[in-house]
Amino acid sequence: MKFLRDLMDKQKPLFEKGGKLEQFYYAFEAGETFLFSPNHTTGIKGAQVKDAIDLKRMMITVVIAMIPCLLFGIYNTGHQHMLAVGETAGLWENLGDKLWIGLQLVLPIVIVAYAAGGAVEAAFAVIRKHPINEGFLVTGMLIPLVVPATTPLWQVALATVFAVVIAKEVFGGTGMNILNVAMTARAFLYFAYPAQLSGDQVWTYLGDKVAVDGFSGATALAVAYNAGVDSVPVTDALANHNTVLGSDMFSFMNMFIGWIPGSIGETSTLMALLGALILVGTGVASWKIIVSGFAGAYLMGLVMNLFAVNEFMAMPPQYHWVMGGIAFGIVFMATDPVSAAQTEVGKWIYGLLIGMLTVIIRVTNPAYPEGIMLAVLFMNVFAPLIDYYVVKANKTRRLQRATV
Amino acid sequence: MSKVVKLKKGFDINLAGKPKQELGDFATVETFAVKPTDFIGFQRPKVLVNVGDSVKAGTPILIDKAMDQVIYASPVSGEIIDVKRGERRKLLEIIIKSDGKNSFEAASPIDVDALDRDALVVALAASGTWPNIIQRPYGIVANPLDTPKAIFISGFDTHPLAPDYGFALQGQAEAFQAGIDALAKLTSGKVHLNLDGAANTPDVFAGVKNAVVNKFSGPHPAGNVGVQIHHLDPINKGDIAWTVNPMGVLQIGKFVLAGVYDASKTIAITGSELTKAMYVKTISGACVSNYVKGNLNSGHVRVISGNVLTGEKIGMEGFLGFYHNQITVIPEGDYYEFLGWAKPTTNKLSYHRALGLLSFLTPKKEFVLDTNGRGEERAFVQTGVFESVTPMDILPVYLLKAIMAEDFDEMEELGIYEIIEEDLALCEFVDVSKHPVQELVRKGIDLIQYS
Repeated sequence: MKFLRDLMDKQKPLFEKGGKLEQFYYAFEAGETFLFSPNHTTGIKGAQVKDAIDLKRMMITVVIAMIPCLLFGIYNTGHQHMLAVGETAGLWENLGDKLWIGLQLVLPIVIVAYAAGGAVEAAFAVIRKHPINEGFLVTGMLIPLVVPATTPLWQVALATVFAVVIAKEVFGGTGMNILNVAMTARAFLYFAYPAQLSGDQVWTYLGDKVAVDGFSGATALAVAYNAGVDSVPVTDALANHNTVLGSDMFSFMNMFIGWIPGSIGETSTLMALLGALILVGTGVASWKIIVSGFAGAYLMGLVMNLFAVNEFMAMPPQYHWVMGGIAFGIVFMATDPVSAAQTEVGKWIYGLLIGMLTVIIRVTNPAYPEGIMLAVLFMNVFAPLIDYYVVKANKTRRLQRATV
Repeated sequence: MSKVVKLKKGFDINLAGKPKQELGDFATVETFAVKPTDFIGFQRPKVLVNVGDSVKAGTPILIDKAMDQVIYASPVSGEIIDVKRGERRKLLEIIIKSDGKNSFEAASPIDVDALDRDALVVALAASGTWPNIIQRPYGIVANPLDTPKAIFISGFDTHPLAPDYGFALQGQAEAFQAGIDALAKLTSGKVHLNLDGAANTPDVFAGVKNAVVNKFSGPHPAGNVGVQIHHLDPINKGDIAWTVNPMGVLQIGKFVLAGVYDASKTIAITGSELTKAMYVKTISGACVSNYVKGNLNSGHVRVISGNVLTGEKIGMEGFLGFYHNQITVIPEGDYYEFLGWAKPTTNKLSYHRALGLLSFLTPKKEFVLDTNGRGEERAFVQTGVFESVTPMDILPVYLLKAIMAEDFDEMEELGIYEIIEEDLALCEFVDVSKHPVQELVRKGIDLIQYS
């Protein structure tokens, strides 16, 4: 790698103070530190050795944890297409076609999200003279996973730019933001372009093919919601949905594994849990938020059962875990350390409320069946308040000690 | 009264180069230095000697005009050969060339029981041993005019490669006890001696009287006196407590017994780059070159006075810090590493387990760490890490942010009085975002202290 290092050393003076391309220093620096971890040493006083971790490594761990969801999403995009157009779609049948369709749809979205966000990130770094933040590695992967595979690419680009600028850069970059950046992108798309982000038509890619007769592209949550309206037990409604594509499309197991329509990365609870295993195992994400998030959803599901006035409210609470994007949202969005509660006690409360709010929004809000997006954003805003009281308790303990 | 405290939070940095429990035989050190920069909070240094003056061990050579009862003495007898100043004539080092005779300023032994407290304070302040007494809050040299609510001594050091006081102080129980007796007279409360609950009590501490003996166990920073105070008798606004290192207690004890400033101590010379890591009997302020040169197994090294968490980089010809009981020699890390942020590694120690950081699989392994900064400074992102290595009811990140914002009320309420640099040194090590935590802590203390 010596030639690369030599190349870097040769170019470096151009970008350093007094160099021709001085204003692009941080763009150069981002490339340089990506290739080579810097040769800085510790100071004269203070810690003389440092832990091997850095932010790049932490962020890439999150990206790795999302790969199961991404791969499953690519496969499932093709799988749902095959189901909808009436091709044989067993697990290994038409595998090549499924992957090809999935890749064709998903990869451009990933590339556009990274390119659009990366460009904004680099532009801000150069103008505001700060290093490029590694947080974007994660955001750029999260955004594609929470949109339908059919989302127009220009919308992906627009949402990414909006989120990176409004949710992050205006606050000063990664670490300073209040809202989860990827969730902001999702919310932007949802409210700006509802036609492409909601309803029954957007989740399954049909291409130039025609769907089989009687096909419904509704998500499990929409089916459950309508079951509530029609007073049919939710489990029955789910079992009888889309029988034209084969029975049990919305069985608990199918929903858990993720063979259902939905946003690219959100359908599989199993893959989200695999991601959670990586995140918790590596200590990158807080297990407290994940556990309390799922617990909150279950608890609220139980409460809904108690006061059930319609069939959706009476749905067994574990179904909330496998429908919609709650698993993905809790594992990857709620655990974003910057926008989450930052105290250990706060994390329990924060996760619990996200789970509970998600179910409340799902069950009681007729306008929008999925609640995790709004729940996470809402709790992002409230996380500082939770922390404020946890910190205040710490101060109070100290004060009481002094006066006793 | 005595307490047993088991701490869970923290992290032991397990380094290669542990000192063998034997005394090394090195060439006698000739030059010694008193460095005002060792004494935090030193305000207006005044040098009392000139180049060429001859001094004895215990001769006052320096005072702080802001607290002129306390003298800083020459550790050896000999001749002042240099007074080094830095930018804006900042006093850096007073260098003394030893005459090898080690003759002392004569004084008579002290009968602690007969003397009243004020007289004892005056005697100690004029002895050269007083700067061993540190005041909390702030971690500065204690003011003889104060009366502390208690005095705390940590009888063990959990820092990386730290000396074992049981070995370094062996056979000096009498002097140690004399030091404890003197200290007991200075406080209105108790003298607390805190020992390692997981190890056998060393002989030097076994029969100690006149002090409350507490036991602490757990990973580093269980041996930090600040952590111990937090669990025994925390410092609130307005409180003053004093702390003394066991080596300092010994110096005070020797002064009481013999009436001399005997600055000799046994230190550990440690680190992965030394061929012989062991203990050596030396004198405070000694030039370390005799211990390092000819004792290296590699070329490009950093010599640290103290340990790798809280120590200070000194050159090969540098001098042992007043409060330091070890030197550490580790490789310099001024190299680039291709994809260093992504490569899996078993050789770099990490508290974390993120992608490719495999050191958690080998908790018993002794690591060779170098001084590479391991990435660049970023805003705070990861949460919960500092709390997990700080065994105190303190929220380090909030406190550090209050310091950055220079919010005085917030700093006070979040516990700035309870910490000094070393208490959060581990945070600086584990920090994902590479903040200069200890520098920040001192900045916060300075703000509070001088406001």
